[in-house]
Amino acid sequence: MATVDVVTPGALTTIQDGGRWGWQGWGVPVAGPMDPSSHRVANLLVGNEADAATLEVTFVGPDLRFADQRLAAVTGADFDIAVDLRSMPMNAPFVVPGGSFLRFGPRRRGRRAYLAIAGGIAVPPVFGSRATHLPSAMGGVSGRPLRSGDRLPLGDGNRGRESFPTRGRTNNRPDPFFPLPDGRATLRVLPGPDLERFGREVLDLLQSAPYVVDARSDRMGFRLNGPPLTHIRGADIISDATPLGALQVPSSGQPILLMADRQTTGGYPVVATVISADISLAGQLGPGDSISFVVSSLREAMAALIARERALMAIRSGGRP
Amino acid sequence: MKNNYRIVTAGDAAILVQFENRIDPVINRTVIAVAQAIHSAGIAGVRDVVPTYRSVAIHFDPLRTDRDALVSRVERDAASALPTATEQAEPIRIPVCYCAEFGPDLASVAAVAGVSEAEVIRLHTSRTYRVFMLGFVPGFAYMGTVDERIAAPRLRVPRVRVPPGSVGIAGVQTGIYPTATPGGWQIVGRTPIRPFDPDRSEPFLFKPGDAVQFHAVRREEYARLQDPD
Repeated sequence: MATVDVVTPGALTTIQDGGRWGWQGWGVPVAGPMDPSSHRVANLLVGNEADAATLEVTFVGPDLRFADQRLAAVTGADFDIAVDLRSMPMNAPFVVPGGSFLRFGPRRRGRRAYLAIAGGIAVPPVFGSRATHLPSAMGGVSGRPLRSGDRLPLGDGNRGRESFPTRGRTNNRPDPFFPLPDGRATLRVLPGPDLERFGREVLDLLQSAPYVVDARSDRMGFRLNGPPLTHIRGADIISDATPLGALQVPSSGQPILLMADRQTTGGYPVVATVISADISLAGQLGPGDSISFVVSSLREAMAALIARERALMAIRSGGRP
Repeated sequence: MKNNYRIVTAGDAAILVQFENRIDPVINRTVIAVAQAIHSAGIAGVRDVVPTYRSVAIHFDPLRTDRDALVSRVERDAASALPTATEQAEPIRIPVCYCAEFGPDLASVAAVAGVSEAEVIRLHTSRTYRVFMLGFVPGFAYMGTVDERIAAPRLRVPRVRVPPGSVGIAGVQTGIYPTATPGGWQIVGRTPIRPFDPDRSEPFLFKPGDAVQFHAVRREEYARLQDPD
């Protein structure tokens, strides 16, 4: 079987696929990529299914040795990448010859990159998914981030041709398919589901000033610091389900934005929920970045999602949006 | 009889069907019935149906699911669903060692209740609990309701690590930590039984609607159950 060896793991590199859906009723969290759009684009560029398992690279990237030749692509956060000493383009497929090293260098923008390798990472699925859920140590490689010495199995996939790519070998840096945040982002939200647990002015407060992502933030969620949101009937509710992008508000009044590794249920009121089309942008944020929330409508949320899906379909058929 | 419920938006990829805001077995039985009806309907794009104490969350792919059709379908089910009749009558029996080593909060629960530790154990083992929902971590069952006298509040500062098998109380809720996690429930004992084991043919010991009864075992019995020869 074709494999990739982890020489150095980077700061936090995990295996992610489309997520472990269908088991939340058993308390099993979904996990999956923080930036689902970039994850899908990376897969499409190498001819994989959109939800095949990729490597999610956080802040500092890994060094990897490919035992066999494979087509690969890196999307998301803007890193310098090189195969042996030759620099490779982001956001475009390239060939990694057998015995070569794929190295991640400095990062300029965004926080998380996605490395797709043709055939996908073929670790055994757990409850139907290869996604790594760190808090419950499920999926991926023993439910943990990659370590030096890990050997990752690959599925059957496109080896590419030696001459590939002709474009983008040196200075050609294709733009990312979707814009990356530069220290700040605007995220659109739909109010609720627990709006009535807050005062009438809560949505004005939420939009009144930016919230800064706290250092105590991870794949489960971003703790935010900004205008406090006050409850009118206490911060404890009977535990209820927690959707992706929920802005949960504990008694401190400082919201927590629930991300990929969120629990299936929670006991704090949710003031608003980030729209699906903006989740990928949120997934590129990290400590110190600021978020402006804007109240949106279901109509706008759907229009934005459809526009994003059109762009992804254009990539599938070989174009750029 | 018509059920009292409302459907609320939880972002563009989920809706919640909320029933009365109480921890109540009758409400929860309706919740489970509605969740089962929606799950077995096999609606296009629905990714997850999650029953909780008093609501059903339906997570869906907004590009594949017709939201309006989903809502009208859910309205039909929610209005007319009858509480499930097929719940397990025979309780699942869980051995618990309520010793100081395994139950670091047993003494404080007793002190707050103004009763002896033995009385806390008697009260905790005297009721048959209902599994209302699963959540928090894989296989964690929210059970209740415990006797008001021992309905201890959550710890002000949660523990960084609660050992697997720990049996806790939080208000009228009780539960077993399946894996080592941070946790704020007051820990009164520990069981060698694993609520979640991904390698077992049935990975999850509990499902919503199950009946559960705790019984006290000595330290030696705990050890014997933990390492069967």
